[in-house]
Parts: sequence; C-alpha cells; structure tokens
Amino acid sequence: MFKTKRFWVSNFGFRASNLQGFKIMGLWYSVSAILLLTFLVVIGIEGMGLVSFFTIFIPYAALFLFVVGFLYRVLKWATSPVPFHIPTVSGQQRSLSWIKADNIDSPYTTGGVVKRLALDILLFRPLLKNEKVEMQAPQRLLFKPSVLLWFGAMAFHWSFLVILLRHLRFFLEPVPSTIVILQRVDSIFQGLIPVIYITDIIILVALGYLFVRRIIYPQVRYISLSSDYFVLLLILGIVLSGVLMRLIYKVDLVQVKEWAMAMLRLRPVAPKEVNLLFYIHLFFISLLVAYFPLSKLMHMPGIFLSPTRNLTNTSRNQRHINPWDYPVKTHTYEEYEEEFRDSMKEVGLPIEKG
Amino acid sequence: MALYDGKKIIPGLIIFLGLVSYPIWHNTVSGKTSYVPKLEIPKDKKECIEPKAYIRVNHKELLEDWRFSVVRSGVRTYQASNQKRYTMSLNRTCMECHRDRTKFCDQCHNYMGVTNKCWDCHLYPKEMEKGAK
Repeated sequence: MFKTKRFWVSNFGFRASNLQGFKIMGLWYSVSAILLLTFLVVIGIEGMGLVSFFTIFIPYAALFLFVVGFLYRVLKWATSPVPFHIPTVSGQQRSLSWIKADNIDSPYTTGGVVKRLALDILLFRPLLKNEKVEMQAPQRLLFKPSVLLWFGAMAFHWSFLVILLRHLRFFLEPVPSTIVILQRVDSIFQGLIPVIYITDIIILVALGYLFVRRIIYPQVRYISLSSDYFVLLLILGIVLSGVLMRLIYKVDLVQVKEWAMAMLRLRPVAPKEVNLLFYIHLFFISLLVAYFPLSKLMHMPGIFLSPTRNLTNTSRNQRHINPWDYPVKTHTYEEYEEEFRDSMKEVGLPIEKG
Repeated sequence: MALYDGKKIIPGLIIFLGLVSYPIWHNTVSGKTSYVPKLEIPKDKKECIEPKAYIRVNHKELLEDWRFSVVRSGVRTYQASNQKRYTMSLNRTCMECHRDRTKFCDQCHNYMGVTNKCWDCHLYPKEMEKGAK
C-alpha cells in the first residue's frame, strides 16, 4: 500500500499522509454517536426504567419508519423517467449475426438483464472488477486485480442473510424445519456448549475488514463519510451484543420469543428477565431499521432500480421514445413565408411560392 | 406524478411487503399467534436443583458440566448453591421429576427451534416404560 505513495504525490501534488488529520473526523463523529446512543439506552433502561418505551414503542416506530420510508423512496425513484438506455457495458454489443454478442455483459434481452442482475446481486460480480493501481518503476503504472473487497463484501452480506434467517425462529411458530437445518449447518463445528455459529465469526471478521479498510487505505479514507463509518459501527454493535448474549451474558430466549410473538399479534408485552445487552441489541436494530430508508443501505432496493444495470443495451436496434415528449409548437418555413410574403417581396428576398 | 415502470416496481414492492410481514402470515396460517410452551411441572416436588431463573438460562451449561465431570473426572456428586447434594445424572436426577420429555424439554426446545444431542444416547423414562411392555 505504501508503494502507492509516490503515485499519490506525483498525481495530486500532496502526500497521502496529509489526509490523515482532517479526513478522519467522520470516524470520530460516528464513534461518538454510537457511544452516545449506547449511553442513551443504558440510562433509559437502568436509570429511568423505560423498558416498555425501548421494547415496544421504539421497535414499532422503527418498523413503521422502515416500511413507509422504504416505499416512499422507491416510489419517488419510480417517478423519475428513464428516457435513455444507459446500461454500463463491458462486452460485445449485439450487431451483425456473425459477431458473437455478450448477452450478460452487454445484455440485449430481458433474460440477459436478469442474468446480469442476478450475478450482481448474488455474487457481487462488479466488485471482482476492482483493480488497484500501483506505480512500480518511476514511469510504470501497474493495474492489479484486487479481490479483497469482493471477498469481504460477500462474506459480510451472506453471513448477514444467514443470521437474519436464523433469527426467524423468534418470529415464527412453528419454527420451519429449514430454519432448524440452517442452524445446524451453521453450527456444524460445534464441540461444546455454547454453540458458536460460523456466520457469527465470519461476519465479525468481515465487518472488521470493511471497517479497517476505510481507515488504513488513504484513498478510501478520503472518500469515507461519517455515515459510512456509522452504519458499519451500528452493525458491529448489533453483532457484538448478539454474540455476547449467546456466549457470555445469556438471556432467557423463551421470554424473548414470547415478547416477539406478542409484538406480532399487536398485544405487546415487555420481555422479562433479559439483560442490558438485549436492550442494546434491540435498540441498535431499531436504529438500523429506522435509519435504513435515509441511508446508503437503500442500495438494497436500489440495485434493482439502477438504469445502468437493469436496461438492455438496445439503444440502436430499437426506437426509444422520450417518455415526456409532448406535441411541440412548430412554425414551419412555409408558414413563415405565408406570414411575411409581402415584406419579403418588398425588400427583394427570394420566395419559394409566387 | 407519473409512475414509470409501475408494472415492475409495484409487484416488487408487494413482494417486499410480503417478505417483511411474512411472520404475521405464517403464524396466522398455523393458528399459533398466541401459543406459549406449556410445561408440566411435577406436583410432588417443590424446587429444582438450582433457582428457576438460573436453570431456565443455564441448564445447558450445567448438563454439559455434569457430563464432563462424570465422563472425564469421575465426580458424580453436584453441590447446589443451597448446599444440597445431587447425583449428576440426566436420567436419575433431572428426569426423576420431569419424566415426560415431550411435556417438558421439547416444549421450549421446539418453540425455539433448538436441537440437542441429549437423546442421541439417553432414553427418557417414558420411553423405557414403552420398551418394557
């Protein structure tokens, strides 16, 4: 990484290390925000005893904000016209029959678009094209593939999904056998009790990498905002409180499920015999869910609505009509001549009709 | 405010709403929205070996410790926090009172989707009675 310093100095005229001072501020804002929020829930529960507020009102409000905000954002996107076909492509466009076209990297059918989106969403294929640029010899620029971000993102997102599905056991009665099987597969290396889930370890390592990456690489640090750090720290808080509850400070899960089921049938009852970690866990999840529609987490629905990814590359073999076209008021030359014929004749301008 | 591509976006949002509210439909269809596990508590005994709150959360560690103690160290006596002594045995101590696994253990285990390894080796008393007949 430090080999790149020369590259930065020669291209931008300042040292990458100069960035460290002021661009790290976002990180401290996020850390303070997380600490403040933790403090808030500790004071709220321990000091003021607002158990119902934190376990009933806040989760309901967060869920409401999540659903309404999510729908609002997506519907707002839907009101923007997409007049042009602007897919980003990296393959041969379909043209003549004897030129082999690439239906995934330059999709020309809906099937191609579906395949490409599926690869993007399930396997994060675009991240595999990530490259790092290095200046090796004085005038030699090297492009190297960099799969670390792809790996970290895959590990994080898939573990998150498995963890989310595992949590369905708190909300479904009876618990579907698929969830139980998923749990058993996830804990396949279990030797002793308490059970340690593979995804718990993977998500911690992946989150650690995704967080450290924003700090140690000057380029990434330069473009990292406090919202980037905040989301990572929030999820890290959720994971850590969850893992600690599983391994060390245990809670009565039957009480937790009874609370969750009561929430679902809209007859909420505050959970009994749970410890502070549960309240922190729940509060952080509520925050994440409520913050979701306002944040970059909207890339979840956004990936489906990206014009650069979900359009076919048929800008030339199909006619695309501007959706906001309206009948334009025109004034043709014939009409113009009709209007000014006498004046034109007077000054001797050539006229087409008599 | 015109919606563009509404034919694709609206079904997508309906799928989203379906996924978010899935637990409600699942529990409504199964008819178990207000189900709670019903444990059969022995009538003749008054206390468990440790306080209820401790047992509810830590019974798995306790049994794991017992297993380790009996199998590895050969120590078979457990001194509870109230100084009473018990034999470390799932069958002879725990299931002495909680005789029917389906009416005790399985109630919460099924409710929480928990699987355990106890029954890979152990039989519970009810099962033994069936076998005797």
